Amino acid sequence: MSFSQATLIEGHKPISPASGIPAWDIDPYDVEILKDPNAYYAELRALGEVVYIPRYSILTVGRFETTRKVFSDHENFLSSRGVGLNDFKLEDPWRPPSIILEVDQPDHTRTRKVMSRALSPKVAKGFADLFHETADALVDRLLGQGSIEAVADLAEAFPTTVFPKAVGMKDVNPRYLVDYGAMVFNAVGPDNQLRRDAMSHAGEIVPWINAACARDRLTKDGLGALVYASADDGTLSEDEAGMLVRSFLSAGVDTTVTGIGNALWCLSQNPDQWDALKRDPSLIRATFEEVLRYTSPVHTFGRTAGQATEIAGFPVEEGTKVTCVLGAANMDPDKWGDPEKFRIDRKPVGHIAFGAGIHGCVGQNIARAELEAVLGALIKKVDRIEPAGDAVWRPSNAIRALDKLPINLIPN
Amino acid sequence: MIKVTYVAHDGSRTDAEGELGDTVMSLAINQGIDGIIGECGGSMMCATCHCYVDEAWVGATGPRLDGEEDMLESAASEVNERSRLSCQIKLTEEMDGLVVHLPEEQV
Ligand code: HEM
Ligand code: FES
Repeated sequence: MSFSQATLIEGHKPISPASGIPAWDIDPYDVEILKDPNAYYAELRALGEVVYIPRYSILTVGRFETTRKVFSDHENFLSSRGVGLNDFKLEDPWRPPSIILEVDQPDHTRTRKVMSRALSPKVAKGFADLFHETADALVDRLLGQGSIEAVADLAEAFPTTVFPKAVGMKDVNPRYLVDYGAMVFNAVGPDNQLRRDAMSHAGEIVPWINAACARDRLTKDGLGALVYASADDGTLSEDEAGMLVRSFLSAGVDTTVTGIGNALWCLSQNPDQWDALKRDPSLIRATFEEVLRYTSPVHTFGRTAGQATEIAGFPVEEGTKVTCVLGAANMDPDKWGDPEKFRIDRKPVGHIAFGAGIHGCVGQNIARAELEAVLGALIKKVDRIEPAGDAVWRPSNAIRALDKLPINLIPN
Repeated sequence: MIKVTYVAHDGSRTDAEGELGDTVMSLAINQGIDGIIGECGGSMMCATCHCYVDEAWVGATGPRLDGEEDMLESAASEVNERSRLSCQIKLTEEMDGLVVHLPEEQV
């Protein structure tokens, strides 16, 4: 069967949901929901194992077990047809697809191996000094300033300083890195205002990003060089190496910016948890895990049914787009008991903020190392983190990030 | 149910009962067994689920899977020929009675 462009909805095949799947007349990409999603998450979970959203002709899952299962079931639910609403089989994507995120086995295995080697725990440990020194210096500088806007001053400042160094980029443009992330993540949503606004910068940013990923724009000692080494030994072509370096820039900046901002938000809102962390710094890593669970920086990503299959016993037709609401799953009371409480001693092993299965975040060791450095600098030097105004969220089709976070860092 | 025995570095033993499809890592997490962290949740990204399969069970658990070797290089404790990432050992009927030994440290 073939579909003309005109019959597609958001670039994918419209579906007729199996009987018994509840339909929900809602726009999950409404900015008000994106800014404050918990009520939407709760309703999604309450409606059933799988819900039909007529507006986009998609299925959506939000209960923990089902979401984890669909998101990690790479045999039935493909990534190669895009992890957003567009079906790459039916419509050309906005950029050449990622050769790690947007591919299936067996192609995925080869590129994944290169990336997991380049981003191993050992490699991440090697960046500890750079990360700690940068975080200490940044926090020292901010402590002299009284009240700060933590998104720009800290959450964006830290990754846009250390990450290009870790990758070994010779070209530096923090704004482009942040805006490219916004494009990549808004692009997985529908053709709404958010996506169009983010895409409006593409003409300027995409060529800069592509150029910055070339071998001669990278130092010999960074993550980029580790990837190009796989071109030298024949595992990858030169172009593929460039594409994988592009993945660092797509997935490695906006996400950690969000992780840091959300961590500061959680700790400024929960002073008792901040105090607990100050008392027991060994909980730094566990604190970040709880921030990830509690805020799900990547809130929604999708899959495409590669063949007729099922979700929780309901038949699912080939070509169905299924959005997996990681944020809803990480707040499911059936899994977590008291998910609305931010508790740094929870140790939420198994949360799916980094995904699950073969596509599970390959950059997670770097993300953890960055957060360890930032939280480490804060608990060493800061006595209290106090809100200095309302936090403002920055709606995105896939990322749950702050736009503004005014806080006071009260020194020790 | 499939019985798995976890032998801690100090020699203490804990038994757990898992189901088909559980992994040696996920079962340990669900049962609150110390000595396996499983930070990455089984995506083969962390090596904090390192274990040594007991000699008698090497046949049942089989060889390392693709990619395990690389990640084991980041393990905190010594790696030997019986070292596995426990998130990559999926329980089967043949593994009923499985014994795994846990390393001194995982981070
Ligand atoms: C708090 C920070 C981060 C969060 C919440 C996050 C989240 C995620 C999620 C949910 C996935 C799974 C996507 C899927 O299954 O479709 C993923 C994959 C990925 N992440 Fe991250 N990420 C973070 C940081 C990073 C960093 C720092 C890098 C790069 C150094 C990175 C690179 C990647 C790549 C390349 C993939 C694709 C892996 C694959 O498909 O095999 N991420 N990330
Ligand atoms: S749980 Fe992370 S490698 Fe096994």
